[in-house]
Amino acid sequence: MQMRTIEISVGAFVLAGALALVFLAVKVSGVDLTASRDTYTVQARFNDVAGLRERAKVSLAGVTIGRVARIEADMNYGEAIAVLELNGQPGNLPLDTGARIVTEGLLGARYVSLSLGIEEDYLTEGDMITDTQGALVLESLIGDFVTKMGAN
Amino acid sequence: MIEYLRYLGAEALDFLGNLGRASLMWGRALSGLPRWNDIGLLMRQIYNIGVLSLVIIILSAFSIGAVIALQFHTQLAKFGAEDAVGVGLAMVLLRELGPVVTALLFAGRAGSAITAEIGLMKSTEQLSSMEMMGVDPLRRIVAPRLWAGMLCLPLLTAIFNVVAIYGGVVVAVEWLGADPSSYWNGMQDVVELWEDLGKGMVKSVFFAVLVTWIAVYQGYDTVPTAEGIGMSTTRTVVLSSVMVLATDFLLTLSMYGDFG
Repeated sequence: MQMRTIEISVGAFVLAGALALVFLAVKVSGVDLTASRDTYTVQARFNDVAGLRERAKVSLAGVTIGRVARIEADMNYGEAIAVLELNGQPGNLPLDTGARIVTEGLLGARYVSLSLGIEEDYLTEGDMITDTQGALVLESLIGDFVTKMGAN
Repeated sequence: MIEYLRYLGAEALDFLGNLGRASLMWGRALSGLPRWNDIGLLMRQIYNIGVLSLVIIILSAFSIGAVIALQFHTQLAKFGAEDAVGVGLAMVLLRELGPVVTALLFAGRAGSAITAEIGLMKSTEQLSSMEMMGVDPLRRIVAPRLWAGMLCLPLLTAIFNVVAIYGGVVVAVEWLGADPSSYWNGMQDVVELWEDLGKGMVKSVFFAVLVTWIAVYQGYDTVPTAEGIGMSTTRTVVLSSVMVLATDFLLTLSMYGDFG
Protein backbone atom coordinates (compact mmCIF):
# COMPACT_ATOMS: atom_id res chain seq x y z
CA MET A 1 0.00 0.00 0.00
CA GLN A 2 1.12 3.57 -0.68
CA MET A 3 2.80 5.38 2.19
CA ARG A 4 0.42 8.32 1.69
CA THR A 5 -2.70 6.20 2.16
CA ILE A 6 -1.20 4.75 5.33
CA GLU A 7 -0.45 8.19 6.69
CA ILE A 8 -3.96 9.42 5.96
CA SER A 9 -5.63 6.40 7.54
CA VAL A 10 -3.36 6.61 10.60
CA GLY A 11 -4.24 10.27 10.94
CA ALA A 12 -7.94 9.46 10.69
CA PHE A 13 -7.53 6.69 13.28
CA VAL A 14 -5.78 8.91 15.81
CA LEU A 15 -8.35 11.65 15.21
CA ALA A 16 -11.20 9.17 15.72
CA GLY A 17 -9.63 7.98 18.97
CA ALA A 18 -9.22 11.53 20.25
CA LEU A 19 -12.79 12.42 19.27
CA ALA A 20 -14.03 9.28 21.04
CA LEU A 21 -12.28 10.43 24.22
CA VAL A 22 -13.82 13.89 23.94
CA PHE A 23 -17.23 12.35 23.32
CA LEU A 24 -16.88 10.15 26.40
CA ALA A 25 -15.82 13.10 28.53
CA VAL A 26 -18.54 15.47 27.38
CA LYS A 27 -21.51 13.33 26.55
CA VAL A 28 -21.07 10.46 29.00
CA SER A 29 -19.43 11.94 32.07
CA GLY A 30 -21.16 15.30 31.57
CA VAL A 31 -18.24 17.70 31.88
CA ASP A 32 -19.66 21.15 31.35
CA LEU A 33 -17.51 23.10 28.90
CA THR A 34 -19.70 26.19 29.07
CA ALA A 35 -18.53 27.01 32.58
CA SER A 36 -18.83 30.76 32.10
CA ARG A 37 -22.61 30.56 31.90
CA ASP A 38 -24.58 33.00 34.04
CA THR A 39 -25.36 31.39 37.36
CA TYR A 40 -25.99 32.47 40.93
CA THR A 41 -26.01 30.41 44.09
CA VAL A 42 -28.48 30.16 46.92
CA GLN A 43 -28.30 27.90 49.94
CA ALA A 44 -30.90 25.56 51.31
CA ARG A 45 -30.93 24.19 54.84
CA PHE A 46 -32.22 20.62 55.16
CA ASN A 47 -32.64 18.40 58.21
CA ASP A 48 -31.46 15.43 56.13
CA VAL A 49 -30.01 15.19 52.62
CA ALA A 50 -29.44 11.42 52.61
CA GLY A 51 -28.87 10.24 49.05
CA LEU A 52 -28.51 13.70 47.49
CA ARG A 53 -25.27 13.98 45.58
CA GLU A 54 -23.26 16.89 44.25
CA ARG A 55 -24.17 17.71 40.63
CA ALA A 56 -27.72 16.45 41.20
CA LYS A 57 -30.27 18.56 39.36
CA VAL A 58 -32.41 21.34 40.78
CA SER A 59 -35.80 21.53 39.14
CA LEU A 60 -38.84 23.74 39.11
CA ALA A 61 -42.06 22.05 38.00
CA GLY A 62 -39.99 19.22 36.52
CA VAL A 63 -37.75 21.49 34.44
CA THR A 64 -34.06 21.49 35.32
CA ILE A 65 -32.96 25.02 36.28
CA GLY A 66 -29.69 24.31 38.06
CA ARG A 67 -27.46 21.89 39.89
CA VAL A 68 -26.36 21.12 43.43
CA ALA A 69 -22.89 22.62 43.69
CA ARG A 70 -21.84 21.52 47.18
CA ILE A 71 -23.26 19.81 50.23
CA GLU A 72 -21.93 20.79 53.65
CA ALA A 73 -22.75 19.85 57.22
CA ASP A 74 -23.67 22.62 59.66
CA MET A 75 -22.05 21.40 62.87
CA ASN A 76 -23.81 23.98 65.07
CA TYR A 77 -27.35 22.91 64.26
CA GLY A 78 -26.76 19.35 63.07
CA GLU A 79 -28.27 20.16 59.70
CA ALA A 80 -27.12 19.96 56.11
CA ILE A 81 -26.64 22.94 53.81
CA ALA A 82 -26.91 22.35 50.08
CA VAL A 83 -25.49 25.06 47.86
CA LEU A 84 -27.65 25.29 44.74
CA GLU A 85 -26.28 26.77 41.54
CA LEU A 86 -29.16 28.23 39.54
CA ASN A 87 -29.06 29.26 35.89
CA GLY A 88 -29.73 32.83 34.84
CA GLN A 89 -29.81 36.06 36.84
CA PRO A 90 -31.36 36.46 40.32
CA GLY A 91 -34.83 37.95 40.36
CA ASN A 92 -37.24 35.13 39.59
CA LEU A 93 -37.57 33.15 42.80
CA PRO A 94 -39.50 34.74 45.72
CA LEU A 95 -37.87 34.84 49.17
CA ASP A 96 -40.17 32.17 50.58
CA THR A 97 -39.44 29.65 47.82
CA GLY A 98 -39.56 26.12 49.16
CA ALA A 99 -37.17 23.26 48.45
CA ARG A 100 -37.86 19.55 48.71
CA ILE A 101 -35.62 16.56 48.12
CA VAL A 102 -37.45 14.04 45.96
CA THR A 103 -36.60 10.83 44.14
CA GLU A 104 -36.78 10.31 40.41
CA GLY A 105 -38.71 7.09 39.83
CA LEU A 106 -38.44 4.17 42.21
CA LEU A 107 -34.69 3.62 42.26
CA GLY A 108 -33.74 6.90 40.64
CA ALA A 109 -31.38 9.61 41.78
CA ARG A 110 -32.38 12.19 44.40
CA TYR A 111 -32.81 15.77 43.26
CA VAL A 112 -34.02 19.10 44.62
CA SER A 113 -37.45 20.33 43.62
CA LEU A 114 -38.29 24.01 44.14
CA SER A 115 -41.77 25.42 44.63
CA LEU A 116 -42.48 29.15 44.26
CA GLY A 117 -43.56 31.29 47.21
CA ILE A 118 -45.63 34.47 47.24
CA GLU A 119 -43.22 37.12 48.59
CA GLU A 120 -42.65 40.31 46.61
CA ASP A 121 -38.88 40.24 47.11
CA TYR A 122 -36.62 37.82 45.33
CA LEU A 123 -33.79 35.51 46.36
CA THR A 124 -30.37 36.90 45.50
CA GLU A 125 -26.84 35.53 45.50
CA GLY A 126 -26.06 33.69 48.74
CA ASP A 127 -29.58 33.79 50.25
CA MET A 128 -30.82 30.91 52.37
CA ILE A 129 -33.95 28.87 51.66
CA THR A 130 -35.45 27.79 54.97
CA ASP A 131 -38.81 26.36 53.92
CA THR A 132 -37.46 22.89 53.16
CA GLN A 133 -38.37 19.27 53.39
CA GLY A 134 -35.51 16.80 53.64
CA ALA A 135 -35.06 13.40 52.10
CA LEU A 136 -37.38 10.61 53.11
CA VAL A 137 -35.27 7.95 54.74
CA LEU A 138 -37.00 4.64 54.23
CA GLU A 139 -35.41 3.00 57.25
CA SER A 140 -36.64 5.65 59.69
CA LEU A 141 -40.14 5.51 58.17
CA ILE A 142 -40.22 1.76 58.70
CA GLY A 143 -38.80 2.28 62.19
CA ASP A 144 -41.60 4.76 63.06
CA PHE A 145 -44.18 2.39 61.67
CA VAL A 146 -42.90 -0.55 63.69
CA THR A 147 -42.75 1.51 66.89
CA LYS A 148 -46.34 2.68 66.44
CA MET A 149 -47.57 -0.83 65.70
CA GLY A 150 -45.80 -1.98 68.86
CA ALA A 151 -47.49 0.72 70.96
CA ASN A 152 -50.99 -0.38 69.89
CA MET B 1 12.39 -36.02 45.01
CA ILE B 2 15.79 -34.48 44.26
CA GLU B 3 14.88 -34.78 40.59
CA TYR B 4 11.71 -32.80 41.21
CA LEU B 5 13.49 -30.07 43.17
CA ARG B 6 16.07 -29.79 40.41
CA TYR B 7 13.27 -29.42 37.89
CA LEU B 8 11.61 -26.70 39.97
CA GLY B 9 14.87 -24.82 40.31
CA ALA B 10 15.55 -25.02 36.60
CA GLU B 11 12.07 -23.70 35.85
CA ALA B 12 12.51 -20.83 38.29
CA LEU B 13 15.88 -19.90 36.79
CA ASP B 14 14.34 -20.13 33.33
CA PHE B 15 11.56 -17.79 34.37
CA LEU B 16 13.99 -15.30 35.86
CA GLY B 17 16.14 -15.46 32.75
CA ASN B 18 13.15 -14.83 30.51
CA LEU B 19 11.98 -11.91 32.63
CA GLY B 20 15.46 -10.42 32.59
CA ARG B 21 15.84 -10.78 28.83
CA ALA B 22 12.38 -9.32 28.27
CA SER B 23 13.10 -6.33 30.50
CA LEU B 24 16.44 -5.69 28.83
CA MET B 25 14.83 -5.85 25.42
CA TRP B 26 12.09 -3.48 26.52
CA GLY B 27 14.47 -0.97 28.02
CA ARG B 28 16.89 -1.04 25.09
CA ALA B 29 14.15 -0.76 22.50
CA LEU B 30 12.35 2.13 24.15
CA SER B 31 15.45 4.11 25.08
CA GLY B 32 16.15 4.32 21.35
CA LEU B 33 13.13 5.80 19.73
CA PRO B 34 11.74 9.24 19.72
CA ARG B 35 13.79 9.98 16.59
CA TRP B 36 12.19 11.84 13.74
CA ASN B 37 13.68 9.57 11.03
CA ASP B 38 11.80 6.55 12.35
CA ILE B 39 8.38 8.17 12.09
CA GLY B 40 7.64 6.28 8.87
CA LEU B 41 8.24 2.93 10.56
CA LEU B 42 5.97 3.97 13.43
CA MET B 43 3.25 5.05 10.96
CA ARG B 44 3.28 1.69 9.25
CA GLN B 45 3.02 -0.14 12.58
CA ILE B 46 0.15 2.06 13.80
CA TYR B 47 -1.57 1.23 10.54
CA ASN B 48 -0.98 -2.52 10.95
CA ILE B 49 -1.78 -2.66 14.64
CA GLY B 50 -4.38 0.05 15.10
CA VAL B 51 -6.20 0.84 11.87
CA LEU B 52 -6.55 -2.78 10.79
CA SER B 53 -7.92 -3.73 14.24
CA LEU B 54 -10.72 -1.18 13.92
CA VAL B 55 -13.14 -3.52 12.17
CA ILE B 56 -13.06 -6.26 14.81
CA ILE B 57 -13.17 -3.68 17.62
CA ILE B 58 -16.18 -1.85 16.20
CA LEU B 59 -18.14 -5.01 15.40
CA SER B 60 -17.51 -6.54 18.83
CA ALA B 61 -18.21 -3.28 20.64
CA PHE B 62 -21.54 -2.84 18.93
CA SER B 63 -22.69 -6.38 19.74
CA ILE B 64 -21.48 -6.18 23.34
CA GLY B 65 -23.17 -2.83 23.94
CA ALA B 66 -26.39 -4.13 22.38
CA VAL B 67 -26.39 -7.36 24.40
CA ILE B 68 -25.68 -5.63 27.73
CA ALA B 69 -28.42 -3.07 27.08
CA LEU B 70 -30.85 -5.87 26.23
CA GLN B 71 -30.02 -7.86 29.36
CA PHE B 72 -30.15 -4.81 31.64
CA HIS B 73 -33.39 -3.69 30.09
CA THR B 74 -35.23 -6.99 30.54
CA GLN B 75 -34.05 -7.33 34.14
CA LEU B 76 -34.59 -3.71 35.16
CA ALA B 77 -38.01 -3.55 33.51
CA LYS B 78 -39.26 -5.89 36.24
CA PHE B 79 -38.68 -3.07 38.73
CA GLY B 80 -39.79 -0.33 36.39
CA ALA B 81 -36.24 1.03 36.40
CA GLU B 82 -35.51 0.94 32.65
CA ASP B 83 -34.10 4.44 32.99
CA ALA B 84 -31.01 3.01 34.68
CA VAL B 85 -29.93 1.09 31.55
CA GLY B 86 -27.71 3.93 30.36
CA VAL B 87 -25.99 4.32 33.71
CA GLY B 88 -25.37 0.61 34.13
CA LEU B 89 -24.04 0.23 30.61
CA ALA B 90 -21.71 3.22 30.87
CA MET B 91 -20.32 2.15 34.25
CA VAL B 92 -19.70 -1.45 33.19
CA LEU B 93 -18.07 -0.35 29.94
CA LEU B 94 -15.88 2.47 31.20
CA ARG B 95 -14.65 0.69 34.30
CA GLU B 96 -14.21 -2.91 33.21
CA LEU B 97 -15.47 -4.25 29.92
CA GLY B 98 -14.08 -1.56 27.64
CA PRO B 99 -10.42 -1.83 28.63
CA VAL B 100 -10.47 -5.61 29.23
CA VAL B 101 -12.34 -6.78 26.14
CA THR B 102 -10.41 -4.40 23.88
CA ALA B 103 -7.14 -5.72 25.31
CA LEU B 104 -8.23 -9.35 24.77
CA LEU B 105 -9.30 -8.66 21.19
CA PHE B 106 -6.10 -6.70 20.65
CA ALA B 107 -4.01 -9.62 21.91
CA GLY B 108 -5.78 -11.95 19.51
CA ARG B 109 -5.77 -9.66 16.50
CA ALA B 110 -2.56 -7.63 16.77
CA GLY B 111 -0.46 -9.44 19.39
CA SER B 112 -0.44 -12.75 17.56
CA ALA B 113 0.43 -10.99 14.29
CA ILE B 114 3.38 -9.20 15.91
CA THR B 115 4.73 -12.44 17.36
CA ALA B 116 4.36 -14.38 14.11
CA GLU B 117 5.97 -11.58 12.09
CA ILE B 118 8.99 -11.12 14.33
CA GLY B 119 9.31 -14.88 14.82
CA LEU B 120 9.43 -15.47 11.09
CA MET B 121 11.99 -12.68 10.71
CA LYS B 122 14.12 -14.43 13.28
CA SER B 123 13.82 -17.91 11.80
CA THR B 124 14.63 -16.64 8.29
CA GLU B 125 17.60 -14.85 9.87
CA GLN B 126 16.52 -11.41 8.79
CA LEU B 127 17.26 -10.16 12.29
CA SER B 128 20.83 -11.46 12.31
CA SER B 129 21.50 -10.11 8.82
CA MET B 130 20.27 -6.72 9.99
CA GLU B 131 22.70 -6.87 12.87
CA MET B 132 25.45 -7.78 10.44
CA MET B 133 24.63 -4.71 8.34
CA GLY B 134 24.96 -2.58 11.45
CA VAL B 135 21.22 -1.92 11.81
CA ASP B 136 19.93 -2.46 15.30
CA PRO B 137 16.85 -4.71 15.03
CA LEU B 138 15.68 -3.54 18.44
CA ARG B 139 15.40 -0.03 17.08
CA ARG B 140 14.18 -0.87 13.60
CA ILE B 141 11.79 -3.78 14.31
CA VAL B 142 10.95 -3.92 18.01
CA ALA B 143 10.70 -0.29 19.09
CA PRO B 144 8.13 0.91 16.50
CA ARG B 145 5.85 -2.02 17.39
CA LEU B 146 6.08 -1.32 21.11
CA TRP B 147 5.32 2.38 20.64
CA ALA B 148 2.52 1.71 18.18
CA GLY B 149 0.89 -0.82 20.50
CA MET B 150 1.05 1.48 23.50
CA LEU B 151 -0.49 4.31 21.47
CA CYS B 152 -3.16 2.25 19.70
CA LEU B 153 -4.76 0.27 22.53
CA PRO B 154 -5.98 3.28 24.56
CA LEU B 155 -7.37 4.87 21.39
CA LEU B 156 -9.07 1.61 20.43
CA THR B 157 -10.52 1.40 23.95
CA ALA B 158 -12.03 4.86 23.64
CA ILE B 159 -13.54 3.96 20.27
CA PHE B 160 -14.81 0.65 21.72
CA ASN B 161 -16.59 2.49 24.55
CA VAL B 162 -18.25 4.99 22.25
CA VAL B 163 -19.45 2.34 19.81
CA ALA B 164 -20.72 0.11 22.63
CA ILE B 165 -22.67 2.97 24.20
CA TYR B 166 -24.13 3.70 20.79
CA GLY B 167 -25.04 0.00 20.46
CA GLY B 168 -26.85 0.35 23.78
CA VAL B 169 -28.73 3.37 22.45
CA VAL B 170 -29.85 1.45 19.38
CA VAL B 171 -31.26 -1.41 21.47
CA ALA B 172 -32.57 0.39 24.56
CA VAL B 173 -33.80 3.63 23.03
CA GLU B 174 -34.56 2.97 19.38
CA TRP B 175 -35.80 -0.56 19.72
CA LEU B 176 -37.15 -1.09 23.26
CA GLY B 177 -38.33 2.48 23.60
CA ALA B 178 -36.48 3.73 26.70
CA ASP B 179 -36.53 7.47 27.19
CA PRO B 180 -33.45 8.91 25.45
CA SER B 181 -33.09 11.91 27.76
CA SER B 182 -33.04 9.78 30.91
CA TYR B 183 -30.59 7.42 29.17
CA TRP B 184 -28.10 10.23 28.60
CA ASN B 185 -28.87 12.28 31.71
CA GLY B 186 -28.59 9.30 34.01
CA MET B 187 -25.16 8.64 32.54
CA GLN B 188 -24.04 12.23 32.91
CA ASP B 189 -25.23 12.46 36.51
CA VAL B 190 -23.46 9.36 37.71
CA VAL B 191 -20.35 8.92 35.58
CA GLU B 192 -17.33 10.84 36.87
CA LEU B 193 -14.59 12.08 34.56
CA TRP B 194 -11.60 10.78 36.51
CA GLU B 195 -13.18 8.12 38.70
CA ASP B 196 -14.71 6.19 35.79
CA LEU B 197 -13.36 7.36 32.45
CA GLY B 198 -9.87 8.28 33.66
CA LYS B 199 -9.21 5.15 35.65
CA GLY B 200 -10.52 3.00 32.80
CA MET B 201 -8.07 4.63 30.42
CA VAL B 202 -5.22 4.14 32.91
CA LYS B 203 -6.08 0.45 32.95
CA SER B 204 -5.97 0.39 29.19
CA VAL B 205 -2.47 1.91 29.18
CA PHE B 206 -1.28 -0.84 31.55
CA PHE B 207 -2.81 -3.49 29.28
CA ALA B 208 -1.23 -1.91 26.21
CA VAL B 209 2.27 -2.11 27.70
CA LEU B 210 1.62 -5.68 28.85
CA VAL B 211 0.20 -7.08 25.62
CA THR B 212 2.69 -5.49 23.21
CA TRP B 213 5.59 -6.37 25.46
CA ILE B 214 4.57 -10.02 25.64
CA ALA B 215 3.89 -10.18 21.90
CA VAL B 216 7.19 -8.65 20.86
CA TYR B 217 9.24 -10.65 23.35
CA GLN B 218 7.64 -13.94 22.37
CA GLY B 219 8.48 -13.21 18.74
CA TYR B 220 12.00 -12.07 19.50
CA ASP B 221 12.74 -15.05 21.73
CA THR B 222 11.09 -17.71 19.59
CA VAL B 223 12.66 -21.06 18.72
CA PRO B 224 13.47 -20.43 15.05
CA THR B 225 11.44 -23.28 13.55
CA ALA B 226 7.93 -23.49 12.12
CA GLU B 227 6.78 -25.28 15.24
CA GLY B 228 8.50 -22.76 17.47
CA ILE B 229 6.69 -19.84 15.83
CA GLY B 230 3.37 -21.61 16.26
CA MET B 231 4.08 -22.19 19.93
CA SER B 232 5.19 -18.60 20.49
CA THR B 233 2.05 -17.24 18.84
CA THR B 234 -0.15 -19.43 21.01
CA ARG B 235 1.81 -18.43 24.08
CA THR B 236 1.37 -14.75 23.23
CA VAL B 237 -2.41 -15.01 23.12
CA VAL B 238 -2.69 -17.24 26.20
CA LEU B 239 -0.19 -15.33 28.29
CA SER B 240 -1.53 -11.88 27.39
CA SER B 241 -5.13 -12.90 28.05
CA VAL B 242 -4.31 -14.35 31.45
CA MET B 243 -2.06 -11.45 32.37
CA VAL B 244 -4.67 -8.89 31.29
CA LEU B 245 -7.36 -10.50 33.43
CA ALA B 246 -5.06 -10.92 36.44
CA THR B 247 -3.72 -7.38 36.15
CA ASP B 248 -7.26 -6.09 35.81
CA PHE B 249 -8.16 -7.60 39.15
CA LEU B 250 -5.12 -6.06 40.82
CA LEU B 251 -5.76 -2.66 39.22
CA THR B 252 -9.43 -2.70 40.19
CA LEU B 253 -8.45 -3.65 43.72
CA SER B 254 -5.98 -0.80 44.03
CA MET B 255 -8.22 1.76 42.28
CA TYR B 256 -11.61 1.04 43.77
CA GLY B 257 -10.68 -1.08 46.80
CA ASP B 258 -11.51 0.45 50.17
CA PHE B 259 -7.97 0.54 51.46
CA GLY B 260 -6.78 3.27 49.06
